[in-house]
Amino acid sequence: MSKVVFDEAKCKGCGVCVHFCPKKVIQMADRINAKGYHPAYLANEGDCISCGTCGRMCPDAVIEVFKP
Amino acid sequence: MKQVYAVPKALQPRATHYCPGCTHGIAHKLVAEAIDELGVRDRTVGVAPVGCAVFAYDYFDCDFQQASHGRAPAVATGIRRALPDAVVFAYQGDGDLASIGAAEIVHAAMRGERITVIFINNAIYGMTGGQMAPTTLVGQKTTTSPAGRKLEHAGSPIRIAEMLSTIPGAAYVARVALSSPAHVARAKRAIRKAFDTQLAGAGFSLVECLSTCPTNWGMAPIEAMTWLEENMIPYYPLGEFRTPEGGASNG
Repeated sequence: MSKVVFDEAKCKGCGVCVHFCPKKVIQMADRINAKGYHPAYLANEGDCISCGTCGRMCPDAVIEVFKP
Repeated sequence: MKQVYAVPKALQPRATHYCPGCTHGIAHKLVAEAIDELGVRDRTVGVAPVGCAVFAYDYFDCDFQQASHGRAPAVATGIRRALPDAVVFAYQGDGDLASIGAAEIVHAAMRGERITVIFINNAIYGMTGGQMAPTTLVGQKTTTSPAGRKLEHAGSPIRIAEMLSTIPGAAYVARVALSSPAHVARAKRAIRKAFDTQLAGAGFSLVECLSTCPTNWGMAPIEAMTWLEENMIPYYPLGEFRTPEGGASNG
């Protein structure tokens, strides 16, 4: 299971999670979701520290965060 | 794996209609987290405004009512008095609360109504297309102030938190920002404290949330958050303006 789980269909591609991630492990995907936005995804799980900042800042309640 | 952040249970699992990057969604989550933490979802009643947040009843998983423009505090008053055990909050924007609803919010505070008001201040009318609001900053360009708001023509922007903090019935009045992780953490504590104030029966509580409107400000979401911090916070200082422990003379 991934440390960061995205409810991709709800993502509007605003990039707030990408900007505030302290480890810069989130990126916007090249593909588009059903809404027509480029969704965020966890590009570098190894460097993710499960801090939860992305989840707390996401305006669309897309993200849940887990710690091993 | 241990869950570090979960979407609050008091939110419906559906996408909102808000624009990408709009901080309404962050405010919704903070309110829902407070409801979850207090375990009061089954007796919480929200009151939605007219404005972008009009559909809040579709997004929160608790009882909801929708009020006429600006009248959410009056509707919340009725609900709170008819259902004394209910936890009642009004969720209003600046066009709703600070303009057409200015009388209702002042008198709800004057009466010390035991309701919580979440006041979203993004310095513009969002839903109707970016017109000048009472909270629009001097010099800020909107569709009805294309050359920027002029002090001599429109007066100065209204500081709701400071104004309400002069009212003894207002037990808790705070202003927070939704523009960074640190500000959001403080906003969460303030919103929780506002609900605590209501549950303690201490009186009226209001949290003014400085918010962004990327679409009508004509900015990208992160650019809007930076603009908020550089332009709104200097005019709308953050902090607690009135607290229950401060007594009747604080503020």
